[in-house]
Amino acid sequence: MKALLAVIHRDLLIAMRRKAEVLTALFFFVIVTSLFPLGIGPEPALLRKIAPGVLWVGALLATMLGLQRMFAADYADGTLEQMALSPQPLALLVAGKNVAHWLVCGLPLVVLAPVLGLQFGLDGQSLAVLTLGLLIGTPVLSLVGSVGAALTLGVRGGGALLSLLVLPLYVPTLIFGAGAVEAQQSGMGASGHLSLLAALLALAAFFAPWATTTAIRIALE
Amino acid sequence: MKPLDFHWFRFASPATFYPLAGRMIPLFWLLAAVFGVAGLWVSFFVAPTDATQGEGYRIIFVHVPASWMSMFIYIMMATWAGIGLAFNTRLAGMMAQALAPTGALMALLSLWTGALWGKPMWGTWWVWDARLTSELVLLFLYLGFIALQAAIDEPRRADKAGAVLALVGVVNVPIIYFSVKWWNTLHQGASVSLTRAPAMAQAMLWGMLLMALCFWMYSIAMALTRVRAIILEREATHDWTHGLEEVMA
Repeated sequence: MKALLAVIHRDLLIAMRRKAEVLTALFFFVIVTSLFPLGIGPEPALLRKIAPGVLWVGALLATMLGLQRMFAADYADGTLEQMALSPQPLALLVAGKNVAHWLVCGLPLVVLAPVLGLQFGLDGQSLAVLTLGLLIGTPVLSLVGSVGAALTLGVRGGGALLSLLVLPLYVPTLIFGAGAVEAQQSGMGASGHLSLLAALLALAAFFAPWATTTAIRIALE
Repeated sequence: MKPLDFHWFRFASPATFYPLAGRMIPLFWLLAAVFGVAGLWVSFFVAPTDATQGEGYRIIFVHVPASWMSMFIYIMMATWAGIGLAFNTRLAGMMAQALAPTGALMALLSLWTGALWGKPMWGTWWVWDARLTSELVLLFLYLGFIALQAAIDEPRRADKAGAVLALVGVVNVPIIYFSVKWWNTLHQGASVSLTRAPAMAQAMLWGMLLMALCFWMYSIAMALTRVRAIILEREATHDWTHGLEEVMA
């Protein structure tokens, strides 16, 4: 437990020392979602309809931006190798890095999403569902993404390859996350979608650190 | 047959598997041709014209087997990947690598024939239905697997990294299959079911099964041919490859 907290603390500290990188991903999210009304037109009914999808896709892409950073620097300077050799289980340290990544890249999106949702004219109920969905969904993105980040460590064309690997795996999260808001808008209630999203989170939390650990050990061989 | 000489891992070595694969390939090509001719004959001359869809429905005899194979090959690929990770055998990784292009081809065929079928029946090439979309995602998963293996120079690391990706992606295959039940959309439900009586004529079912067998045999023949090429490429520095006829020629 102490090791977990230490890893989270360390990664957060590193992120805070380089605030620009974190803010870049955040502003990317704001800008991308703001471009859609400009491209499609300011009609409120249409914007309300596309809002869940646009905000979720924006969140997906913004999370992608930070994924490579999760292990790349530690891999380059050998820290990751020391972590793999340490007496603490590597899966635990990986989980710590996932939590830190989510706190830095996921949580700000959750906080920001309701404000951006207002831009699209979402009502209060839908905003609440959107925020709750992102709160459950963005950890899934960090967890699944960490597998891709570990697989592409030190590989040619890592960034583009990473999105090719990870984005297809994000599809279920996107469907249920955006589907929750749509279900709320159409009066069906979002609890079903949110439950499925929570199921995805449980599944990812159980399997992803293990897969990431395997991938890291392969990369370190 | 001396059972005591046989060992389960005998053919896990590329050097022993290579000639075995060479002997099996013609057999699977023959089976593919037999099933293909029979399947095409049933699907064009025996299967009756569909009451609602006319003659156009006959694309089902390519579409459904291709969709089945695209999913089945992914599961096989993940199985080989799992075997490779568990037993650390070189051949398992090569098999996974050899299966991927055929699987991607099947996914593409399934999408392509689906579009050709959808245009006359639904009046559109593409709908964002869950099943079509998951087939598309499956194609992306295949492409990601191929791209990851191509990006890593060291073959053993490529095998293992690909294996992890295949095992992670295999979670997607059941989602594809059950998506029909989860979302109720334009796409017709599964046409073949084990629990209730099939909704189609017997002859149509036979045509589809024969074509599926043809595709299956074709996939095996292709994968074996490809795995032989991969073996030769990777084992080029080993002595046993140097005496081979095809290498000498």
